[in-house]
Amino acid sequence: MTTLEQAPAAGPETGKEIGKDRRRKEDQRLITGRTRWTDNLSVPGMLHMAMVRSPHAHARIVSIDTSAAKQATNVYDVVTGHDIADSQGVLANAWPITEEQKTPTHLPMAVDRVTFAGEVVAAVIARSAAEARDAAELVDVEWEELPAVLDIKEALKDEVLAHPDLGTNKSALWQFDSAAAGTGGDVDEAIAKARTDGIVIERELLQQRLMPAFMEPRSYLADPTGEQITLWSSTQIPHIVRFLLAATTGVPESKIRVIAPDVGGGFGGKLAVQPEEWITFAVARRLGKPVKFTETRSESLMSNHHGRAQVQHITLAAEKDGTVTGLKVHLDADLGSYVALLGGGTPVLGAFMFNGIYKFPAYQFNCQTVFTNRPWTDAYRGAGRPEATYAIERVMDDLAAHLGVDPLEIREKNWIKNTEFPFTSVAGLVYDTGNYEVATAKAKEMFGYDALRAEQKERRARGDKVQLGLGVSTFTEMCGLAPSRILGALRYGAGGWEHATVRMLATGKVEVVIGVSPHGQGHETAFSQIVADRLGVPFEDVEVLHGDTQVSARGLDTYGSRSLVVGGEAVLRAADKVIERARVVAAHLLEANLDDVTFDSGRFSVAGTDQGMGITDVALATFTSHNFPDDVETNIDAQGSFDAVTFSFPHGTHLCAMEVDTETGRVKMRKYVCVDDIGTVINPLIAQGQVHGGVTQGISQALFEEAVFDDAGTLVSGSFVDYLLPTALDTISYDVAHSPNPSTTNSLGAKGVGETGTIASTPAVVNAVVDAVRHLGVTDIAMPMTPERVWTALRGDPGGADTVESAEPHFEGGNLESPEEDR
Amino acid sequence: MAKISLTVDGEKVSDEVEPRMLLVHYLREKLGRTGTVVGCDTSNCGACTVHLNGRSVKSCNVLAVQADGAEVTTIEGLAANGQLHAVQEAFRECHGLQCGFCTPGMIMQSVDLLNENPHPTEAEVRFGLEGNLCRCTGYHNIVKSVLYAAEHGSAHSEGAQA
Repeated sequence: MTTLEQAPAAGPETGKEIGKDRRRKEDQRLITGRTRWTDNLSVPGMLHMAMVRSPHAHARIVSIDTSAAKQATNVYDVVTGHDIADSQGVLANAWPITEEQKTPTHLPMAVDRVTFAGEVVAAVIARSAAEARDAAELVDVEWEELPAVLDIKEALKDEVLAHPDLGTNKSALWQFDSAAAGTGGDVDEAIAKARTDGIVIERELLQQRLMPAFMEPRSYLADPTGEQITLWSSTQIPHIVRFLLAATTGVPESKIRVIAPDVGGGFGGKLAVQPEEWITFAVARRLGKPVKFTETRSESLMSNHHGRAQVQHITLAAEKDGTVTGLKVHLDADLGSYVALLGGGTPVLGAFMFNGIYKFPAYQFNCQTVFTNRPWTDAYRGAGRPEATYAIERVMDDLAAHLGVDPLEIREKNWIKNTEFPFTSVAGLVYDTGNYEVATAKAKEMFGYDALRAEQKERRARGDKVQLGLGVSTFTEMCGLAPSRILGALRYGAGGWEHATVRMLATGKVEVVIGVSPHGQGHETAFSQIVADRLGVPFEDVEVLHGDTQVSARGLDTYGSRSLVVGGEAVLRAADKVIERARVVAAHLLEANLDDVTFDSGRFSVAGTDQGMGITDVALATFTSHNFPDDVETNIDAQGSFDAVTFSFPHGTHLCAMEVDTETGRVKMRKYVCVDDIGTVINPLIAQGQVHGGVTQGISQALFEEAVFDDAGTLVSGSFVDYLLPTALDTISYDVAHSPNPSTTNSLGAKGVGETGTIASTPAVVNAVVDAVRHLGVTDIAMPMTPERVWTALRGDPGGADTVESAEPHFEGGNLESPEEDR
Repeated sequence: MAKISLTVDGEKVSDEVEPRMLLVHYLREKLGRTGTVVGCDTSNCGACTVHLNGRSVKSCNVLAVQADGAEVTTIEGLAANGQLHAVQEAFRECHGLQCGFCTPGMIMQSVDLLNENPHPTEAEVRFGLEGNLCRCTGYHNIVKSVLYAAEHGSAHSEGAQA
């Protein structure tokens, strides 16, 4: 064995795996470059594809001349939308949020008309990727430009239409009202009362467009040369892709195999049915040859779905003492040019979270989805819930400021007390467990809250040019997407269950097949820990298989912090069934009554005797079956599935200290602390890694990122030069801790962790910056809070209207002082 | 076409390449060394970082012909004699990777950083990694990994050049 093959085993350890900082099984391959990203794969005879894309945000295709491209060196074919119109299928919207929703047919390759700058109109297939790209330049498209609508508020006026045939840009209006639902009072009454005898906070907040920007560009390889058509795809959702390919192309589901090999990040961006994915599948079928398409980063930013993109109107009503009495929300949510896979469902996921951890007696939520001629929006880490958390945590700060009290004081006054769980929220969800007091107290202590407040006061008193602000975010979220019955009630097209198989091999090894599909989360490690504990086998002996629909036949993939909460429970159930099946065999082999045979730590024992045998011995005995009980199947493998009754509700307290240079507008993060209740933690090392990354993405929304378009609808921030992802120099090290209260929705007690950081951190950062300068008259700064916007806000501009000009270069020297400055 | 001869991860190779071919494409497409990956098209992400004559370069920013006569080390050649490099070990120990796509470049850049400055401060590590993007880790554990490698690093030197 070389170290390249396998991680050095310290010898099989026994004992409890759950809660242990296991180093990841995945890493050995990844740190030595032995990876299977889709773009690394090739099969004999494979052709390469390049796309021809629209330069216009809205245009009619008059004609496409492919003759020059077809003559180019080593070009195999050039395909237009007309060529594959009947075979390419459609890109489905799985979540029509209302019965009346307007959902224009979304073709993978445009046939007559393009609806955003970047839409695919032709594909060139050649022997090499470079030759395909060269020839794509030779495809001559004649366009008739159409007026484009590029802004949410403009789109609502219905003056310029993204889809003229629809007659409107409005797709659907989704509403929830607590009085109508019987979960609370009448919000308009609460607001009217507060206007005469209380406090009303009204805000319009902007959720800028973001790009998921996973590091691995999307890649697809379709091979039609076998009995099944195999599609390797850099996707989060191989099972859903397979189902929808079958449903929309007419190819039988049993003739399609989808494999998600190593997938380099997703963050919701690969929770999608992609035009390029469908086109690769269609072209490979048309040519009868394997075809690969790998996008460039510029293509990825231009044509993968974006996230957020909402205008939020928030009205909060409270009594004079700060007790909240009502919350009314109206969202205008940008769909982009089509209703994507989840589409309007993404903002609707926020409907249940605007009330946060607070006891609002009345609540109303309205969401108007609207088309624009921009790339479509869909899930991006948190999907609807970061937007909701941002809004409620911002206005809770405004309420505190209005009353002149500490933002934590107003939160505690209104949050659900730890004695009040389970608690039915005004949005109708039952929060099972939580303890906001403990998480907050711990976070305050780690943060040094009182000392920082004292420093803030002192800096204000002496008029320091660098002001200090403290930002608070006491968030909750709903995880474990999702109970199938609730999804059905919300008109989502599929279920939310999960499935697993546990297989006992003759040699004592255990294979666990999971239906969730990892892309960086460490499932192979965490699920090994769970199964090792349950079956009492060594961690090293568990092999976790996933991501191939021929291996993992059933599953609904990975998103919405569901893998552990839903998938973990399915694995446990399968493991428990294995134990039950093996117990029958063990009783036979031990010549004991079934009732006398118990299982503990991998071993079956006969009560009252010293007789027993290991579960792996049973596996071998099952393989040979020389001595097997009558009428028992010669197999102890088992399947398990799980469909939760309700969501799980992680929560936490995030505290952020920001320094704001009032002369230059430069902001600098000084300290970031978070204490999260994510329920039972399987692997603290992995869980904290999820929090670090999540927090950074949320910080990045607050400070750095925005998809910016010019007046013609061209994406200006279309490369990593212009779309500002934070670097190591723009970020700091965080202080992360947990305060677990196990969930009651699954027997692991897990709550989900993938999205917590992103959901929580954005308002913590913005609240901190606003807190630093609120005494100077600033109450809002639009995201991302570039130095220019902060500077402008300090000079009396409400800030942020000028999005086109807002793409900023990296801070000089970053958030940390550069080494040169230290000297 | 131009003829180039070079050493990649200790192996001597020789090929006819188009003058426009990038080093990263040469490694991936001609040599099948797919451990080195392409994450962007503007030299921002650093996922393709390799060592050219012992110094880190973004291999999307070097033409294959420029590597003629050079020694190239990729992530696949970093471990020597079945022994992981201290930085590889540190990334696993400190959970310095999640999806792992940026990891080849991040590790190669970290090795270069430590070659130049064996005992960096946190600020110096962050400064030294500025040219490499990661979307998963928030850099927290990457920075920790590099500091860990600096503290626990073995005398083991880079494989292909040893």
